[in-house]
Amino acid sequence: MIRLENIHKSFNGFEVLKGISFQMEKGEILALIGGSGNGKSVILKHIVGLLKPDQGHVFIDGKDIGHCKGNDLEEIRSRIGFLFQNGALFTSFTVYDNVAFPLREKTKLSEKEINERVFKELDQVGLAGAENKYPAELSGGMIKRTAFARALVTKPEVMLFDEPTTGLDPIIAHTILDLIKSLHEHLGFTAIIVSHELSRVFQIAHRVAMLHEGKIWTIGTPEEILSSSDPVIRQFISGATGGAFKLY
Amino acid sequence: MVLGLQGFYTLNRFGSTALLGPMVALSLIKELGPVLAALMVTGRAGSAITAEIGIMRTSEQIDAMELMGLNPFRYLIVPKLIAGIIALPLLTAIFDVVGIFGGYFVGGRLLGVGQGTYFGEMANYVGIEDVLEGIYKSLSFGAIISWVCSYKGYHAGFGAEGVSKATTQAVVLSSVLVLFWDYIMTSLLF
Repeated sequence: MIRLENIHKSFNGFEVLKGISFQMEKGEILALIGGSGNGKSVILKHIVGLLKPDQGHVFIDGKDIGHCKGNDLEEIRSRIGFLFQNGALFTSFTVYDNVAFPLREKTKLSEKEINERVFKELDQVGLAGAENKYPAELSGGMIKRTAFARALVTKPEVMLFDEPTTGLDPIIAHTILDLIKSLHEHLGFTAIIVSHELSRVFQIAHRVAMLHEGKIWTIGTPEEILSSSDPVIRQFISGATGGAFKLY
Repeated sequence: MVLGLQGFYTLNRFGSTALLGPMVALSLIKELGPVLAALMVTGRAGSAITAEIGIMRTSEQIDAMELMGLNPFRYLIVPKLIAGIIALPLLTAIFDVVGIFGGYFVGGRLLGVGQGTYFGEMANYVGIEDVLEGIYKSLSFGAIISWVCSYKGYHAGFGAEGVSKATTQAVVLSSVLVLFWDYIMTSLLF
């Protein structure tokens, strides 16, 4: 469903991605792990075409998103939900309007149907009763859950989660990851989760890819990663300071 | 009011204080009204446009919009462009009217130019083409300000520093372009 081929990307002469290649099947959950600043978010932005690779290709169902424009690009993007690191909620809209916005603008649903869908999504993410609040009045967890509801409301086939738990307390972080798991079981979307909540994310993901030094250092099942003897992987998982893992 | 005061003393040297009304009106309608209103709108609304769009850019709200398959140009820039083109001529008209009455207050009430002389001479010397020149200028200034400020916000750099830099650049560039375009239009419309 998603295939990345030899993606290279530089910013101001600094090469962040040095030949990223992997592919995913429909319905699969891939956890993307790695040190901060290694380019995990950059990979997600390539998948939705917000960034263009300097070299290489990103294919979504066989279509090269780097070469898609206009309606083709819109069609591919309409099948992808993206949870941004900071939520990216529209600050002048209420929670309800944020979630309703993509339905109002991109579907022909009546306001009554939109109302039902929005309340269903808000209920699913535990935000029933918060629909009239503005983003400035929400906690970090509520912002992430609102953004989650907004990403889900169009029923995407692919969900990309960019650090859905960063900055949240452990209980809310686990709640969000459990929510991803239960919604995946229910809706069957293909997902990539960028997260540092390794223990929890390893329970959810079918496969784990570790990004290091601009490359996919390793990719495999959570069991394979956890049992790896590679010093870089061992150090990253244990969080030990000093060792083979190069910090950026 | 300053224009009325300066104009009175200058015209007094030539014994032409009766022409104070046309002088104030023509200065305001053709030149000072559109330009000063544009500069004030740049400082007040233009900077706000850049900051708002810039913050939307750095907080990934524009990316989110693109991913929903929506065109940020249509949703963010076009309404501001239309608002600028509509609002600036109206604000300029208010500026002109207030300025003309301010000139009358100084020239007529304080310095003794008669009401009939002030407004009568104004009616004689100010034609519809002068008013249209002011309107054309303010329409184009509205478009310039909205466009430049939206563009700078849309391409704002990262973080608070990026937005602050974009806002400064937007205000400076808009102001310079307004003055430059004013010269071009004055050359063309005369």
